[in-house]
Amino acid sequence: METALRGRTAEVRIDPQGPVVIIGEKINPTGQKKLAEALKEDNYGYIKKLAERQLEHGAHVLDINVGVPGLDEVALLPKIAKRIASDFDVPLCLDSGNPEALAAGLKEVPGKPLVNSVNGENERLEAVLPLVKDYQAAVIGLTMDEQGIPNEPERRLAIAEKILNRAVQLGIPKQDVVIDTLVLTVGADQSAAKVTLRTIELVREKLGVNISLGASNVSFGLPDRQTINQAFMALAIGAGANCMITDPVKLAPTILACDLVLGRDPYGKRYIVSTRKRLA
Amino acid sequence: MDILKQMAEAVISGDAEHCASLAKQTIENNLDPIEAIQQGFSKGMDTVGVKFESGEMFLPEMMQAAEAMNAGVAVLKPTIESAGSGSLTEFGKAVLATIQGDMHDIGKNIVKLLLSTSGFEIIDLGKDVKVELIIDKAEEIHPDVIGVSALMTTTMAYMPELVQELQELGIKEEFPVMVGGAPVTEDWAKEIGADGYAKDAVGAVRIAKGLAKK
Repeated sequence: METALRGRTAEVRIDPQGPVVIIGEKINPTGQKKLAEALKEDNYGYIKKLAERQLEHGAHVLDINVGVPGLDEVALLPKIAKRIASDFDVPLCLDSGNPEALAAGLKEVPGKPLVNSVNGENERLEAVLPLVKDYQAAVIGLTMDEQGIPNEPERRLAIAEKILNRAVQLGIPKQDVVIDTLVLTVGADQSAAKVTLRTIELVREKLGVNISLGASNVSFGLPDRQTINQAFMALAIGAGANCMITDPVKLAPTILACDLVLGRDPYGKRYIVSTRKRLA
Repeated sequence: MDILKQMAEAVISGDAEHCASLAKQTIENNLDPIEAIQQGFSKGMDTVGVKFESGEMFLPEMMQAAEAMNAGVAVLKPTIESAGSGSLTEFGKAVLATIQGDMHDIGKNIVKLLLSTSGFEIIDLGKDVKVELIIDKAEEIHPDVIGVSALMTTTMAYMPELVQELQELGIKEEFPVMVGGAPVTEDWAKEIGADGYAKDAVGAVRIAKGLAKK
């Protein structure tokens, strides 16, 4: 099952048989003081640099989140997304908890973006899915609902099914829903990542849709986070996740190595070319 | 090594069984259980807090230490209660909640665990807790501090609402509010009129103790 995303000119296909798609996560002010300042001061240059750097390091899609307390996200998301879309040809991933901001962003973004995100909460499904349908976008569905993030893989699968059914009922093609199985830190609960890995297997097997993952949470509170992130990412990709929302500067090499090891990189070309560039 | 030192060491190494057996020893030796906690287990937690903040110890170690301490305190609790001489909750009551609309309660639960080793009685309202419910509870049980957390910029917006409601009801002075969570910053906490902010659970304990004393 293939999810096609389009930017101004570039197309990105998320496909379980193909290489992992990297969504650059760095345009997100949570925990990034400098970016929050840049957004407040309308310093687009800084944001543009973040985009450039991620694309140089292998991002295929750029996540755009502009949620800063006190700033008007409904005005800011379309504004920033529009500028990024005119400077870069890749697809965007519009990231907001505010459906109005998503609607405003979708209006301004060319091609077929990814909406980040909907989850199993009825209110959220009702607010976001019609937008996805109207703008013929694709959407990430998080496996959480009114009760929170379940600890049982089967319950996360059930939420994924619910999201998928609702989308299909509305007329959104099944392949335009990407399921995010969520991962919590193993720093607080050492079984947290295992639950996610099992959920990935279940979603891959039962639903067949593409699976995304924001994989930097897993190591919170632990030393040498990079090693944990790499290990987890490799296991998640092995289990069937094929779209990573992450920092490509840190993790693209691991992802490319995973593709090579899993036989999705003929002649190791992608790995070799990118590694040569990185080490030059 | 004297028993109080051993108690501190057992907490630092996160050894729940050892904490429990040391607690039994203090009872057998007729030591004051409150003093044993304060001069033994708590000293261990203090060290853990310092080492966590300096980056020498990590989250799972801190959680294990807190759980070990609680295992020891559980052994001492009946003795303390039957003697009626001292209190395990010298700092009073803390109401904790993950704010309205937010399902992310890991951070709140870590703060809860750490506060439970630090002389607070915890009233945990859970996650996605409506502002009105927090206020109702505060009026009902008169906590010494209210702690709320959020992981999302969208749900953070309920924090100023909580502060404002308390102000409007004229009870803000009575119930200090501390806030935390990934998107929350110290500047923002000041801006919304919160009484305290901490970037992690160790900081939250320090802030809570300061606010509860007032």
